[in-house]
Amino acid sequence: MFENIGEMLVLFWRTLVALPMTWRQRHKVFEQFFEIGNASLLMVCILSFFIGGETALQTGPFLAERSFAGYLGGIVGYSVCRELAPILMAILIAGRIGSAMAAEIGSMRVYQEIDALRTMNINPIQYLILPRLVAIAIALPMLVLFAILVGWMGGAVVSATNNRIDIPIQAFFKNLQEVVQFRDVGNGLFKSFCFALIIGVVSCHQGLVTIGGPRGIGRSVTKAVVNSIVLIIIFDYILTRVLLK
Amino acid sequence: MSTPNSNPTGVGVEVRGLKKSFNDQEVLKGLDFKVEPGEIFVIMGPSGSGKSVLLKQLIGLDLPDEGEILIGGESVQSPGVMDKYRMAMVFQSGALLNSLTVGENVGLYLVEHRLKPPEEIARIVAENLDLVGLKGTEGKMPSELSGGMKKRVAIARALIVEPQLIFYDEPTSELDPVSAMVIGEEILKLNERTHVTSIIVTHDRELAFGVADRIAVIIEGSLVAIGTPEEVKGKTDPLVQKFLHAEIKRQTKVK
Repeated sequence: MFENIGEMLVLFWRTLVALPMTWRQRHKVFEQFFEIGNASLLMVCILSFFIGGETALQTGPFLAERSFAGYLGGIVGYSVCRELAPILMAILIAGRIGSAMAAEIGSMRVYQEIDALRTMNINPIQYLILPRLVAIAIALPMLVLFAILVGWMGGAVVSATNNRIDIPIQAFFKNLQEVVQFRDVGNGLFKSFCFALIIGVVSCHQGLVTIGGPRGIGRSVTKAVVNSIVLIIIFDYILTRVLLK
Repeated sequence: MSTPNSNPTGVGVEVRGLKKSFNDQEVLKGLDFKVEPGEIFVIMGPSGSGKSVLLKQLIGLDLPDEGEILIGGESVQSPGVMDKYRMAMVFQSGALLNSLTVGENVGLYLVEHRLKPPEEIARIVAENLDLVGLKGTEGKMPSELSGGMKKRVAIARALIVEPQLIFYDEPTSELDPVSAMVIGEEILKLNERTHVTSIIVTHDRELAFGVADRIAVIIEGSLVAIGTPEEVKGKTDPLVQKFLHAEIKRQTKVK
């Protein structure tokens, strides 16, 4: 993975250089955006509801026993928006969308479709990579925003319905409002934007370097997902350190 | 076989001292030849002789280790040369974009370069598909087509560029004899109509001797024969003769 970082950075730079062509490729960006949203929205809802609920369930009784249950809204709200939603949604998207990107581009590479584009003077970066990267960079923060809201709701519902916690929904959100600031949500969205770029670049790069037949495509898909997750976790630590200041 | 056109619109190609190695194995061992404008030039040779590697160098998908390739007298490595001349390639597999319809595949070049309005692109696509005998297939997906039809769509896609130079990589591989004959006829018709320079890489002897103005035989990365089909047939070089007359000899007869 690390030996390819240079190639990935070059691919990222070339995509940045191609950014002014985004408007020309807007239909493909919209297609990809729809694909990402359509493929992931339901899963994002389910996952984030249970993440919020589970955080409340793990923390709530512990706080309630020590008479600190009133802080639960803030704890769930803060942890979901700054950490859990961005990282878990990024891992979900790496599995669902990153794998699809690597498989599609990899198969185009193996079956000479990318060579065919080149012979027609069509830049594969502009035609294939740019729309995917732009779409995922917009879609993942939006999904994460959605996940944060659903996660908070999950936490609130569990807090209100679990008799070991027993915090009313209004009290949960009141504490959440006192503790969580817009900046915290912004930090989570910024993280998810960085994770989206990681998933896009790693998956597209893996697709472009695919060699061999179907086995090569399978190998690329696995590498794309695993490398994306490893880099997401490493960058999560770095970003957390930077954003905590 | 076609006659090289006296007033060609195609562009000439010259290869000088071309060498290419992969992992210390020399695949192309210094090739020199010239393709005249408007000519149908066939590069023949057994599998693994370096034909496809040569084709990749010619179309600019790969760079040679040594030597140079001139298109219209200019090195392909000079800036802007690949954009200056209209070139197209028909890949062995067709290399159609599987996520696009046949019509979208054929019109891709015009759409992406915004060369014509959508209605005109639709008309040109229909005309080009008609030329290769695939009228009305615009809405089909590549997966619905046979191998021969895919290659004809790939030819239609190449034609839309209005190329001065067209490359064919094994255009008749995996095709039945009738489909192979149709592809050969398409190549001839195209050359007669547009006078495009055609470079065909194949090991199909029937296609080569049927369409070529001149043939080059490459064996193990070296050019062992070059000339008109008659001249190549007349070569006494044992490697050439072995390649041209290779056939299965049965040791025993089944009674």
